[in-house]
Amino acid sequence: MVGREVSESCVDSMIIEMVSSYCDRFCSAKPELAARRIEAIGYQVGLQLSERYTMERPRFSDHLEAIKFICKDFWSELFKKQIDNLKTNHRGTFVLQDNRFRWLTRMSIDPSETNANTSDDPSVATTESKSAQSASMHLYFPCGIIRGALTNLGIPCAVSADMSNLPACSFVVRIKA
Amino acid sequence: MAPLAPRTGDAVFANVERVNAELFTLTYGAIVRQLLTDLEEVEEVNKQLDQMGYNIGIRLIDEFLAKSNVSRCVDFKETADVIAKVGLKMFLGVTASVTNWDVDGTSCSLVLEDNPLVDFVELPDTCQGLYYCNILSGVIRGALEMVSMKTEVTWVRDMLRGDDAYELRLKLLKQVPEEYPYKDDE
Repeated sequence: MVGREVSESCVDSMIIEMVSSYCDRFCSAKPELAARRIEAIGYQVGLQLSERYTMERPRFSDHLEAIKFICKDFWSELFKKQIDNLKTNHRGTFVLQDNRFRWLTRMSIDPSETNANTSDDPSVATTESKSAQSASMHLYFPCGIIRGALTNLGIPCAVSADMSNLPACSFVVRIKA
Repeated sequence: MAPLAPRTGDAVFANVERVNAELFTLTYGAIVRQLLTDLEEVEEVNKQLDQMGYNIGIRLIDEFLAKSNVSRCVDFKETADVIAKVGLKMFLGVTASVTNWDVDGTSCSLVLEDNPLVDFVELPDTCQGLYYCNILSGVIRGALEMVSMKTEVTWVRDMLRGDDAYELRLKLLKQVPEEYPYKDDE
């Protein structure tokens, strides 16, 4: 099925609905459980996509090569653009920054609200950053995709997201030793 | 005079933002798989997929009306045609044929010529009873409800269940008269 396309709004609305179903219906009182489920769905997608996109490639020689593949080819397949900036501490942590992450540009988030996460009073944070929270719920899906894709390439890791500079979004990959 | 309703969605599909269908297909597959694990009962999964589709349909209708440039359908026959040739094309890039009308023109079948939801899908025996594509029937039901048509949309043939095609049965239950707070020409 090379080259088949669907409208972007199909994918967007399916992902948005999946996230809100898990947050509001299936795991309504348990945001952590909802997050794990959403991540697991992403993981499955990443695993399979990475399998398909690397079928005709030689194995990657090291972690950096595999990460570069995620930043370039893999990201381009999904978002029609590459990751804009890649940083590493050379000890197994990589930061992949997308300056305009497509799945966040569709949402309306007040940037000032994302800072509420750093507030000392957690109850204030929860009321003020409702939309930031829902955005962060959406980010478990791409985090899962990246983790699944790297796992398929033989690199077990943990992936988290940082959206303190919207609409930029950074994905932090920590490779498990 | 309103522009004539386009009879195909080709031009609209060519102009919307499109993405690689693999992401769509695999994401849907992963959702179904996770729901089967979390909800356990196949019947419940069918119900939730339909509900998710409904929620999507009530939102997608706005985009459909904004971009498709179709004018008001005169009857349910025209509505079914527009779904089959314009709606499905615009979002999924496929079309359906409309067949098996009943005598009073209130129920018909959409036979999908192609179905991007099911690429790479094979159902294990444990999933008997699953209507894998139930999200799609929900989308159509939700979208039609937003344009005042109460419908029942069910799968009558499903290739994942061994049938020779994907066939959706559309039944118009009730047409709710629209009441506008304004006149057409204002």
